[in-house]
Formats: sequence, structure tokens, C-alpha cells
Amino acid sequence: MPKLPNIPAPPLPGPLQEPPPRPGEHNGAGGPLEDAKQAGITTVAWLDERTSLSGAARWMMFRKVPKGTNWFYTLGSATMFAFLNQAVTGVFLAMYYRPEAGGGAYESVRYLTNDVFLGQFVRGMHKWGASVMVVLVFVHMGRTFFFGAYKYPRELNWVIGVVLLILTMAMSFTGYLLPFDERAYWATTVGVNINGTGPLIGPYLSDFLRGGAEIGATTLSRFYAIHMLLIPGLLIALIGAHLYLVAKLGTTAPPWKQSQKRRELHEAEV
Amino acid sequence: MSDKRAQHKSKLTLDRGIPGAFEGETVTRRRFMTGTAHTAGAVAAASFLLPALGFAVGPIFKKNVVRWETVGTIDDFPDNNYIPTVLTVTPGIGEAGKTTVYVRKYNPTLDASSSDNALPYIAISDRCVHLGCPVRWVDAAERFICPCHGGVYEMLGKPIAGPPVRPLDRFYTRVNGEKVEVGARFSVNSLLRRFSPRDPGEPLDGIGQYLYPSRPDARK
Repeated sequence: MPKLPNIPAPPLPGPLQEPPPRPGEHNGAGGPLEDAKQAGITTVAWLDERTSLSGAARWMMFRKVPKGTNWFYTLGSATMFAFLNQAVTGVFLAMYYRPEAGGGAYESVRYLTNDVFLGQFVRGMHKWGASVMVVLVFVHMGRTFFFGAYKYPRELNWVIGVVLLILTMAMSFTGYLLPFDERAYWATTVGVNINGTGPLIGPYLSDFLRGGAEIGATTLSRFYAIHMLLIPGLLIALIGAHLYLVAKLGTTAPPWKQSQKRRELHEAEV
Repeated sequence: MSDKRAQHKSKLTLDRGIPGAFEGETVTRRRFMTGTAHTAGAVAAASFLLPALGFAVGPIFKKNVVRWETVGTIDDFPDNNYIPTVLTVTPGIGEAGKTTVYVRKYNPTLDASSSDNALPYIAISDRCVHLGCPVRWVDAAERFICPCHGGVYEMLGKPIAGPPVRPLDRFYTRVNGEKVEVGARFSVNSLLRRFSPRDPGEPLDGIGQYLYPSRPDARK
């Protein structure tokens, strides 16, 4: 006789269910799987007793979302994962990169691209991921705009988002110089000179960016420090604030749901 | 009640009935401690923020040393055509620190209009004054042509097409024995009048020279 598939147990009302064992009451019966489970529960309980982090985690993750929430609402998370990709691949690229204008920078990038195992792949992830992140930032911004999600009380989150956009563009600009090939050199020349066309402060701004009158060793190390220390720190802090406000204020329903509700309300008044 | 409020409003701690108050004392100890803590914090923060800021802004005020570099002998350069020469503007970083300078001999017929700039040799920078790409001297067309955004300059470096905002920059030249030497960069306006060097994209006609100040160290 062929074996029948396991049929799930019928759902029992709460009072009839056997209560799960309390932490610490576990008597060793149940095998290694149960042991591992208990170890996990004990660790988490130990941490939570000392930090009360489970409340914060629950507050952050188990939120009510409005009706009509759809795939467009995942664009922010997608942007954040693009950023995480940049952060992780960037850390590993920094293990090989040398910000040396006399040829070391170009040579280190050439070496990591051609000779290091998976180097080309990791560099490709970072390079193409940069474009993906910029595209996702704009799509996420467009979603927020067209859904009217920037309106009261979420204006501050829009402002933080715009700062994040500017920082992302600054990341793109500073990262472009780092391979120090012909394209990097001339693109940065043009970019810095565009900064210089601003009246009164423009000349000082481009001097600050170059670290002098000409593009040189100072420019490269300066761009490297801005690219891997200054802006990432700001980005992480502001992404934290952005996420805090999302959790605090909740998300908006899509506009079609809102108008539906408004129409219903209006009919009820009449 | 009103009496108590009046006591509270007094500047003297003695009047306000604060324990341990001195005669004539106006700042409470709590306020003094708060102020001290804030000041200490501000001093501690400034002690690393100000040097860091100065460190970042310092290069703007760095004094540049003028280097004279030999680009050829006096017979190398005709007076009706440019010869490309390579100049090192930033030493120590190899190819990235070099720039091309187009040199020709002073020509009285061509350069008469800019006689106040009379230098023994005319050395024109290849840095496009639109956004800094390298222009190329095209002999057949007698034009400097920029590959990036279509800037075109005539023989004297004055823009005749495209986005450039002023003529090409020049360099000081001098003759040292048989050798032609090239020195510091200077910018010119549309009348080929000499100005302290400016970055590309910064016009020098009209109020341009005031809207785009030169580097503090490059001023005469």
C-alpha cells in the first residue's frame, strides 16, 4: 500500500492546545533539534532581558500597513539593499585599492580586476550597483511623489530623502575618480570645473575639492576619504533616521484607495 | 504669592533663598555647572573640529612655487605655427601631473593687438576654458578644437564657436641663453588683457573678474 502523505493536525481552539514549554523547563527530551531551538531561545532571552530590544524589533517589523499596499512599496527596501551591496563590495575593494596618484591607484585596480579571484565580479557589482542604486533612488522618489506620500506628516522624511539623493550623487562623483584612468581623470576635471562655475564661492569650492590648483595626489586621496569614510557615515545615519520615520509615521495608502475612502465619506455626509 | 514671585525674579541668589548663596552672587551653582560642562564640551569638540577644518581648507591658501621649465631651444619654434610641448604642472604623480602647452615665437603682425602682453614666446595652454578638457591644435584649420563639448578657438586662442567663455589661458615665457622656458599660468580676457589664473568656465569680461576671484596665492 502506498504511503499516504501526512495530513496536518486539525486546528484546535487555544484552551485545548498543549502549552509550549517555558524557557528553562526543557528536560532534554526531543533530540538535538529541540536542543538547538532551546539554545537559540535562551540566547535571545538572555539578550532581551538585558537590552529590551525585542520591543524595538517588534515596533520596527510588525507594523500595520494600509490596504492597497503593493510592489511599489518595496522600492525603498530595494534602494537600501543596493546601498548594502555597495557597502559590502566597497569594503572588499578597499582591501586591494591604493589611492596613489603616481600610478599605484590604476595599477591596484588593474590588479584586482584582472588577477584577483572574483575581483572583476566584485568590482562589477560595485560599479554597476552604483548605477542601480541611483536608478532605484529616483524610482523610489517618483513613487513617493506620485502617491503623494511626501505630504503631512511626512515632509521631513522627504527632506531627508533629498539629502540622501544628494549624498548618493556625491558618492557617484567621488567614486568615479578612484580607478584613476583617462575617463576618471577627465570626468573629474569636468565635474570639478562645473563646481567652479558657481559665482563667488565656485572657485573656492573647486580648490577645496582638488585640494589645490591642479588635480593631483591630494585630489585622489581626498576623494577616497570622502567616498569611503565621510559620506558612508552620513548615509548610514540618515538612512537610520529615514527608516525610523517610516516606522514612526507608517506608510500611506495608494492614492486610489484614499480617493475611494474620501468618496465613501462624502456620500455618507450627504 | 506675588511676593514669592518677586523673590524668584531677583537676580541675586541671596534674595531667591537659595541655600549657601553668597552676597552679590547672581549665577546659581547649577547654572554655573551647566555652563562649565557646555563650555568644556565645546572646547573639546572645537579642539578636533577646527584643526580638521583648517586641514581641509588649507590647500586653498597654499603658496605655489613658480617653476620655470625648459621646453626647447629658440630655433625650435616658428612664429606662425604652434609646436606642442609637455609641461609638468604637478610633480611626483607621473602622467597625471603633465599638461600640453602650445608654443610659438612672438609674431608682431599677429600679436600686435596684444602688445602689452609682449613675451618672447607665446605659450598657450591646452586646457579648454569651458570645463577643462584638452584642446588640440589642428594645423590645417588653424584652430584649437576641444573634443568634449565643441569649443573652437582661433590662432590667438580667442573662442569663435561653442561654449568657451574666454580665450585660452597662457603661460609666462622667457629666454634663458639658447633655451625657451615656460613659467606660471595666467588667464586673459577677450581683449587678451592679463589676469591672475582662473579655472575653466569662469568669464573675465565685465564683472566676471569679481564674480570669480582668483586663488589667494596666485594674485600679484
